[in-house]
Amino acid sequence: MLELFLGAETLSSTIRLSVPLILACLAGLWSERSGIVDIGLEGKMLIAAFAAASTAAFYNNALLALFVAILVSVGFALVHGYAAINQRGNQVVSGVAINMLAAGLAVVLGNEWFKEGGRTPALSSEARFMPIDLPGLSELYNVPVLGVVARIISGHSLLTYLTIALVPLTAWALARTRFGLRLRAVGENPHAVDTAGISVARLRYQAVLIAGVLCGIAGTYISTSLSASFVRDMTAGRGFMALAALIFANWRAWPALWACLLFGYLQAMGTRLQGVKFAGVEIPVQFINMLPYVMTVVLLAGFIGKSIPPKASGIPYTKDR
Amino acid sequence: MSARGELRGWADVALIPVLNLVVALLVSGIVVLIIGESPMEAMWIMLKGAVGSIKGWSYLLYYSTNFIFTGLAVAVAFHAGLFNIGGEGQAYIAGLGATMTGLGLEFLPWPIVIPLAVLMSALFGAFWGWVPGYLQAKRGSHIVITTIMFNFIASSLMVYFINYWLRPVGKMAVESRAVGNFDFSTFDLTGAYIPSLRELSLAIFGYRLPSSPLNPTFLFALAVAWAVWYLLWRTKLGYEIRAVGANTDAAVYAGIRPQKIIMVTMAISGGLAGLLAVNEVLGAQHRLVLEYVQGAGFVGIAVALMGRSHPVGIVLAAMLFGLLYQGGTELSFAKPEINRDMIVVIQGLVILFMGALEQTFRPWLEALFFRAED
Repeated sequence: MLELFLGAETLSSTIRLSVPLILACLAGLWSERSGIVDIGLEGKMLIAAFAAASTAAFYNNALLALFVAILVSVGFALVHGYAAINQRGNQVVSGVAINMLAAGLAVVLGNEWFKEGGRTPALSSEARFMPIDLPGLSELYNVPVLGVVARIISGHSLLTYLTIALVPLTAWALARTRFGLRLRAVGENPHAVDTAGISVARLRYQAVLIAGVLCGIAGTYISTSLSASFVRDMTAGRGFMALAALIFANWRAWPALWACLLFGYLQAMGTRLQGVKFAGVEIPVQFINMLPYVMTVVLLAGFIGKSIPPKASGIPYTKDR
Repeated sequence: MSARGELRGWADVALIPVLNLVVALLVSGIVVLIIGESPMEAMWIMLKGAVGSIKGWSYLLYYSTNFIFTGLAVAVAFHAGLFNIGGEGQAYIAGLGATMTGLGLEFLPWPIVIPLAVLMSALFGAFWGWVPGYLQAKRGSHIVITTIMFNFIASSLMVYFINYWLRPVGKMAVESRAVGNFDFSTFDLTGAYIPSLRELSLAIFGYRLPSSPLNPTFLFALAVAWAVWYLLWRTKLGYEIRAVGANTDAAVYAGIRPQKIIMVTMAISGGLAGLLAVNEVLGAQHRLVLEYVQGAGFVGIAVALMGRSHPVGIVLAAMLFGLLYQGGTELSFAKPEINRDMIVVIQGLVILFMGALEQTFRPWLEALFFRAED
């Protein structure tokens, strides 16, 4: 029982499933902290996953795949930025459009390039981000207690370790750097930032770009590390779960990590508890699957604690004349 | 001065949507070009497939029926200043209401069961819309986020209900038993089965129409569109909904309670989305199938934006999307290189240009009119 809930395999798979959530959640964090609501995390991840899998299939090169995926994701992010910042369009509508565009384009282009109905061919290990055994840890695998820890920490891909490093980096950049402070200010009170002679549009574009890069990495991870090819709708709502985690984390980097790990754990348990019986009773996994969303609704309703979004989030900025 | 105002009004209602649609289609054409096909040929195949035959028209109208309901759902919420992205989930949950009525009251005659099933569809959908409305009005949760979450909750919940409660024992397909039956040789109608026009024409006139799931729900959808128009522009409640959407503070001074209006509007919106179950579950598939909504809830956003949240515009936009869906299906048969998901691309572009970038061409157009008038 303990093995099922807290064993090395469960916790290791928790980390694997959390990585795209963490990246997307950080993307949302950067974007929303600057005042741009991003419903399009899902779409950006999806098109990046497709771009990465296609590039990897064509050139058999994982790093190139990552590069192209980031480029494509940033392209989509710029569309959102243009709509939200220059055109002062509705940011939710723009995000919905990006999600649809990504879902459609990936399948249409994939079908044309690989003739497999929108799938991409299975990738070889050179074209993927494969698990790496951290030096020194593999000897510990058979030691009691320590071995479990070693097996949880080691054996992930490069992108996973990069993701974990991005959390403190984001927290530090937002809290301690001039850029981060200004970016947060622009999400709370853009008029004040503008009065200080700093360009609101420029800061918001920077935030949108960062979100694009992060979603690009997330997509690459999903199609070249978590799986070995692209299949339609493979992000499976992770972009929205990341938004939920962001609310749960109250728009902060470290809590975002914990929220994503929690949701990742629930995802891992959802798969592992399939068909498992407790005292003869089977728990329908659907209830575990919906838990992150239910928890977010309950939290948003203020029944447990209170989450406060950035003040200017979602409001287009109009310069006073 | 007044001439200019009129001209602008006309341009605002018709010219800007058409212009944005043309741009969306042009970009879609570029995608077709990238695939290495001819956009003109693709367009021709789509048109021919959708409006070149009775079968094409039947499918077009069948798809439109779904989109009228979800488009109206999004539009009603828009009028109160609310963005309901939850049409997908509301329609999905409504399927449960329709199916439960159909299966549970099978023994009653159809003139009783069908109206009850329609009512239950609307009520289940309304409930799934009302809860986010309540959370927004009373607890301050953001409607967009809550309705997104409710889509996912609905999705998991329905997998559970269909799998554990509605699927007949020993059946592999994840779907419920049929909600009724229709024998057109004896005109024997049982349960909440809404016969298709093909079955009806066979039973009444003995005339064989090409096969399609088009059923009388299309006429019902037109009636509902009229009812929504009447509600919004001819009743006190409609006035209050629009007042809250236009200016909440002013509405409060006029004695309107925005909290109540938000909840009522979301319930109406959810109920409208729920009526999709009438067309799909009762009229087309006659059973509850896993993931039966198939994105129609999101098409509603495109339809409402394009129809400018007016029922007449929505019916027209829904028919345009019906054309795209039917034409797109035919296109993917005729040209396997162009996947059916091309429709989703066009949908995304329509939402982008109609919704998020709708102001892009306005300054340009206004300058043009200004110059023409001077």
